[in-house]
Amino acid sequence: MPAISVNNISKSFGKVKALDCVSLQVSKGELFGLIGPDGAGKTTLFRLLTTLLHPDEGTAQVDGHDIVKDYLAIRQCVGYMPGRFSLYPDLTVEENLNFFAALFGVSVEASYDLVAPIYRQIEPFKERRAGKLSGGMKQKLALSCALIHRPNILFLDEPTTGVDAVSRCEFWDMLSELRQKGITIMVSTPYMDEAARCDRIALCNEGRILSIDSPTDITRGFDAPLYAVKARNMFELLQRARTVQGVLRCYPFGEYHHIVTDATFNTDNFQSSLNALEDLQIQAVSPTIEDMFIKLMER
Amino acid sequence: MKKSNFQSFVKKEFLHIFRDVRTMMLVLLIPVVLMVLFGFAISTEIHNLNVAVVVPNKSESIRQAVNRLACNPYFTLVDEVANTDIDPVLRSGKADAVVVFDEDYDRILAQRNAGINTPPAMQFIIDASNTNVAQSGAAYLQQVLAENHTPQQLLNLHLLYNPQMKSAYNFVPGIMGFIFILICAMMASVSIVREKEMGTMEVLLVSPVRPFKIIMAKMIPYFMISCVNLMTILLIAHHLLHVPMSGGWWGIIVVSLIYLILSLTLGLLISTIATSQAVALLVSAMLLLLPMMMLSGMVFPLENLPTVLSPLPNIIPARWYIQAIRKLMIMGLPLSAVWREVLIMIAMIIVLLVVALKRFKDKLE
Repeated sequence: MPAISVNNISKSFGKVKALDCVSLQVSKGELFGLIGPDGAGKTTLFRLLTTLLHPDEGTAQVDGHDIVKDYLAIRQCVGYMPGRFSLYPDLTVEENLNFFAALFGVSVEASYDLVAPIYRQIEPFKERRAGKLSGGMKQKLALSCALIHRPNILFLDEPTTGVDAVSRCEFWDMLSELRQKGITIMVSTPYMDEAARCDRIALCNEGRILSIDSPTDITRGFDAPLYAVKARNMFELLQRARTVQGVLRCYPFGEYHHIVTDATFNTDNFQSSLNALEDLQIQAVSPTIEDMFIKLMER
Repeated sequence: MKKSNFQSFVKKEFLHIFRDVRTMMLVLLIPVVLMVLFGFAISTEIHNLNVAVVVPNKSESIRQAVNRLACNPYFTLVDEVANTDIDPVLRSGKADAVVVFDEDYDRILAQRNAGINTPPAMQFIIDASNTNVAQSGAAYLQQVLAENHTPQQLLNLHLLYNPQMKSAYNFVPGIMGFIFILICAMMASVSIVREKEMGTMEVLLVSPVRPFKIIMAKMIPYFMISCVNLMTILLIAHHLLHVPMSGGWWGIIVVSLIYLILSLTLGLLISTIATSQAVALLVSAMLLLLPMMMLSGMVFPLENLPTVLSPLPNIIPARWYIQAIRKLMIMGLPLSAVWREVLIMIAMIIVLLVVALKRFKDKLE
C-alpha cells in the first residue's frame, strides 16, 4: 500500500483550474518532492491531501484513508506545515511546542527523541517569542511542531521559501534524517536545486504534472546536447545565438545562457558565426532539472 | 481531547490576551473608564446653572426666594442685575438664566394665596442655545421657586425608582450592554479570525481536535474576563455611583451571564463570516455597536422611533438586556419579572448558535 495515492484529482476555484487530473503515488518512507513555480497547484494538492479541501473529481488516499470519507483518521496521522509561518508569534518557542503537543494529546517528552535533533538547535532560545526568531529558526520550530505527534506522513509546503541558503541546506539534511527514521515526506519547493535531494520528484506547472521520476532519471530524459555559453553582452548573445544553425532553444540560466541543440550543431561553427561578440565562451554541460523543466514546459 | 489538553488550549488563549498589552488594557480598563466617565463626567443632570436675578425691591419674600436659589446645589447665583442688563448678561455667558421678580411680587403672592387669579409674579429668561440645559434648567427653577406659590396644585408628580433622576442609573445598564458586546463579540471574533489570517487555523484543523473544541477554548477566556468585568462594573455601580441593585445581585448576574453567552455567540457568527481581522472589526462595529447605541434605548428613547422603524430594536440583543437590567437594578423587580427578556435572549442564543455552527466548517472553503 502506498503512503499517498492520488488518482485523477481535479480542483477548480471559480474559473481557475488549480489541479487538472493529477495522479501520483508516494511509497512509504519516500522523500517526495513537488517541484514547480508559483501557481503550479502545489499548495492546493497539499490542502486536498491534508483534508482541508474537497476535490471536485478524483480520489486520493493518505496512509490508506480516503481524503473525503476518512478525513478525521488522516488528521490523526499526518503532520502539516503550511507555506506561511503558522505558529503563534506571541508565544515563546517552548510554549508553541507544548501547545502543539497538547493539540495532538501527546507530551513533549514522549516525542523528544524524534524532534531532538531539530529542536536542540533552537532550544537555547526557548524563552524567545516565536515571532522574533530568524527565518531559519522559525522553520526549525515549525518542523518540530509538525513532528511532535510522530506523524506517519509529513506534508511540508514550501518550507524553505524565504530562508537563507545555509539554513535551506541544513533543513534538507534534517529531512534526510527524518526519512531514515521511516517517515514519509512530501515536500514542495520552487527551487530546482533542492529537487536533487528528493528520492523522486514531480515536476508540475499550471495544475498538471509534467513528469514524475527520480531526479537523475528525470535529467536522463533530456536527450539533446546542451551547452552553456557566455559573452560580455549577454543580451545580444541571447538574440544572436537563437539564429545559429542547429540551436533549438536558448534561454538565460544563471550567469550563462543554455543552448539546446540538434545533431547539426557544431561548436566551431557557433564560435565563428558569433565571433563579433567579445569574450565568447562555450562549453558542453550536463542537463539539470531546471533544463528538463523548461523543456517540458515548452512542449 | 483530554481535559488537560483543553486546559492548555485555554491557557494559550489567555497568553494571547495577556501578551498583547493593548488588548489587556482594552479588556480590563475600558469598563472602569466608561463607568467613571458616565458616572461622574458625562451626565444629563444640570449642576451649577449660573443664574442672575432682577430684584426690584428687597421685600422679605423676594429675599427668601433668592436665598432658596443661592443654597440650591443645582444653581449658582452669579449677580443681581438691573432690568436693562438682562440681555448683556445672557449674551456674555455670565448667566445661563435670569429670574425676574415682579415689582408687585408680594402683593401678587398674597392675592394668589387668597385664591384670586393673578398675572405671573416672576419670569424666567433662559439661554436656550443648549436645549438640554434650557429644558432641565427651566424645570428645576420652576420646582425650586414656584412650589410654594401655587397652593392649588393641579397635579401630584411622583417620580418612582429614581426620584433624583440620577443619570448614572440610566447609564449603568447601557454601559453593561455595550462592554459585553465589545469584549465578547468583537474581541472573540477578532481572535478567531486572527488564526485564519495567520494561517494557524490550517494547522489547528489538520489535528484530531474538533472545531467545536477549538471554538469553546477560544470563548472561555473571554467569558471569564467578562465575568471579572461584570463584577467590577457592579461593584463600581453600587459603591461609587450608588446604584441601588434593589432587585438583588443574583438576578442581575444570571441575566448578565445569559447576555454574555449571547454576545459570544454573536462573535462566533461574525468570525464565520469575516475573513480578516479588519472585516471582523468593521462588522462588529457596524452591525453590533452602532445599532446598539442607536436602537437599544441606551442613549435615545425607543419611543421616539418612527413607526416604520419601531420593530427594529426588537432584534437588538442589548435592547432586551438593558431593559431587563433596568427592571432588576433600578426598579428592584425580582428575576421573575424579566422572564420575557430572558426567554428572548435564550431564543436568540439558540438561533445564532445553530446558524454559526452550520456556517463553521472544518475545511478551508
